[in-house]
Amino acid sequence: MIEFVMPSLGADMADGTLVEWLKKPGDQVKRGDIIATVETQKGLIDIEVFDEGTIEKLMIAEDTKVPVGTLMALINPEKTIEPQKAIPVVAEEPVIQPTEEKAIPPFVTEHIQVKASPLAKKIAAENNIDLSQIMGSGENGAITRKDIEGAIEQGKLVQEKERSSIVAEPIKEQNISNTLRSAVAAAMSRSNREIPHYFLEKKIDLEKALAWMHEKNKVLPVQKRLLPVALLIKAVASSLKQVPELNAIWDTDLQLKTEINIGFVVSLRNGGIIVPAIHAADLKSVDEIMENLNDIIPRARALRLRSSELSDSTVTITSIGDGGADLVYGIIYPPQVAIIGFGSISEQAFAENGLLGVRPMVRVSLAGDHRASDGLSGSRFLVTLNNHLQNPEAL
Amino acid sequence: MIKEELEKNIFQLLKKIAPETEPSELSPTENIREALGIDSYDFLQFIIALDEKLKIEIPEQDYGKITSLNSLTDYLINKPK
Amino acid sequence: MVIENKIKISYREALKQGIREVLRNDDRVFLMGEDVGHYGGAFAVSKGLLQEFGEGRIMDVPLSESGFVGAGIGAAIAGMKPVVEIMTVNFSLLAMDQIVNNAATLSHMSGGQINVPVVIRMGCGIGRQLAAQHSHSWESFYAHIPGLIVLSAGTHEDARYLLPAAMKSPDPVIIFEYTSMLNMENEVLNNPAGVDISKAKIRREGKDISIITYGTGVYKSMEAAEELASMGIDAEVIDLRVLRPLDEATFLASVSKTHRALIVEDAWRSVSISSEISARISEKVFYELDAPVKRLCGIEVPIPYPAHLEDSSIPQKKDIVNEVQKILNP
Repeated sequence: MIEFVMPSLGADMADGTLVEWLKKPGDQVKRGDIIATVETQKGLIDIEVFDEGTIEKLMIAEDTKVPVGTLMALINPEKTIEPQKAIPVVAEEPVIQPTEEKAIPPFVTEHIQVKASPLAKKIAAENNIDLSQIMGSGENGAITRKDIEGAIEQGKLVQEKERSSIVAEPIKEQNISNTLRSAVAAAMSRSNREIPHYFLEKKIDLEKALAWMHEKNKVLPVQKRLLPVALLIKAVASSLKQVPELNAIWDTDLQLKTEINIGFVVSLRNGGIIVPAIHAADLKSVDEIMENLNDIIPRARALRLRSSELSDSTVTITSIGDGGADLVYGIIYPPQVAIIGFGSISEQAFAENGLLGVRPMVRVSLAGDHRASDGLSGSRFLVTLNNHLQNPEAL
Repeated sequence: MIKEELEKNIFQLLKKIAPETEPSELSPTENIREALGIDSYDFLQFIIALDEKLKIEIPEQDYGKITSLNSLTDYLINKPK
Repeated sequence: MVIENKIKISYREALKQGIREVLRNDDRVFLMGEDVGHYGGAFAVSKGLLQEFGEGRIMDVPLSESGFVGAGIGAAIAGMKPVVEIMTVNFSLLAMDQIVNNAATLSHMSGGQINVPVVIRMGCGIGRQLAAQHSHSWESFYAHIPGLIVLSAGTHEDARYLLPAAMKSPDPVIIFEYTSMLNMENEVLNNPAGVDISKAKIRREGKDISIITYGTGVYKSMEAAEELASMGIDAEVIDLRVLRPLDEATFLASVSKTHRALIVEDAWRSVSISSEISARISEKVFYELDAPVKRLCGIEVPIPYPAHLEDSSIPQKKDIVNEVQKILNP
């Protein structure tokens, strides 16, 4: 039986609330299917499943908040075998003790229950408390006495509130924005505490890149028009292939990642940021990256992302956009080891071959984790990035 | 299309992109993107929306001609379809 | 040094004072063992006793554990009160036949007509860089045997007072003494009433978790409990003291109060004292548990010689602190 657990959608996520099951027992699932919607600090997230099989049992009720790693559902990988078919084989044979145990079909799930300590179960039974409604704080999410007592307390509070008919309507929008703020706070504080950042900067002439883009945009339908950021993302992805130590995570040591999934910082209008991943950006064309952005930015702003989009990034890009600050120094999103910052593109005096010209320039910064890489790697990356942007047609 | 009707459409589209702002309070000459905090991605969405709603395609090289409410409406009214 | 009713002495001195007391109190008591007389004991525990009590009471024996332990058992049957010292538990295997097949069984096999009031002391444990053959923690071998009383002196108080209490037993008593603690100094309360060798001892009261231990684990657990207290965790420390027959009432009551248990011992984990404690907790107070019972035991390897490896092969204070934190805040 495959255990499906509450996934971690980034270093800053401690728990999530199951809002809705999108599959029920008996449904077949395959890799990439959305099994549930979970509310996190980053909004409502579609949770994908990474195994094939049949949903055997749902372990968590809707509207339950559980810590990361809590068992949520059981998926039976042997989807084609019906349990009924396995039984007759045994029934026909005379009872032979040693083989009997083996012959029990592997999907007897009655015994799998909510994890709770014996003491917690005792107290819950005495107080008529439904364990499935309680979030456990013990080992592997087990419910402990403290959790039960907390639930009893909360029950009393709710009753009191109902009695005195105080209607405290939570403003959902505000809540999300607050929790998002605290998620950003937690991740960035951790980064600042743990990661020794080094910073590098390079000015890059975008004349060729933008000219190439404007030519393309003349023929593209307006819905498919490119933005400079699509080129920048593609150029970063291509450069990372040549400097792989920046496309990695740090977890006591450096672990290089083969996929290049670019986390792209999206600012929300009400404050806060969210960083969805553009998967395998090195394998996508600039047009495909733009298409990806057109899909992902509106969903990020609506806080409707998929779990893999929140958890898979291997490096981050933050881009100020035009008219804004000239340069941004990023703070690395742990456990990643680098963040690339693009300032706003603006016309600047630029000297080349002894001549002065006016060019659209961008100031690019790289913040690297000095545990994982050194300035030389970072510098090599920025030089490579420049080279790619001087040859846009090859991107 | 008369100017008021055009403006009404523009306000509607801008409101959709920046729901917490009041586009109808824009002064005719101020920079729309700066006033409403619209980034390049949202601006592209606005261009797409204009195209879909008014069937007027604005090429990229004209983005500089449509920065304020006045210049935008002038552009839209004078642009041959 | 005398402070009120307490004296600060080494663990070695506490053992010697216990031996001296039992020698003084009863003429039938004598000490026998390898090098206990002229040499003063392999660990200098009995130094000076030969001069004080004479050769009839302090008896050097040949290097034959089976022989002299058998002689001690015979003397006990014949009405004497022998204190037999086996240099260390490592050599006690050679005497195990005498202890297990004779000392432990004779009362039963004679229908209660023959008692064997022998006390066998042995040095035990790890911590002096004596390598794999001389660093064993085999309390559990003896705690397995019905008919024996098995004691563990995890504190200076018990080093001083277990022996006098053991001398009153009509049945054979094994006392484990810890060679790594011999030079350690601590205060011992003057306690003419002695200690109760049928009871475990709550060394520190607490409400959040029961740390159950014995031998060298006692002081480490006490220090860990102090550090945990500074983090707001109130740990109870139970010194089992008597490993057979186990005083389960004490630790079961403690776990029923704290609802969590960590067992700490130097001995190897498998089939150990901690296995037994853990089993009894889950058999008898399962419904009081709020977290799985956890154990910190010796790593299951022959004990290494280098000091840093030796240290890391058994639980240390920091391990206890970490484990308790993990249990309380998983």
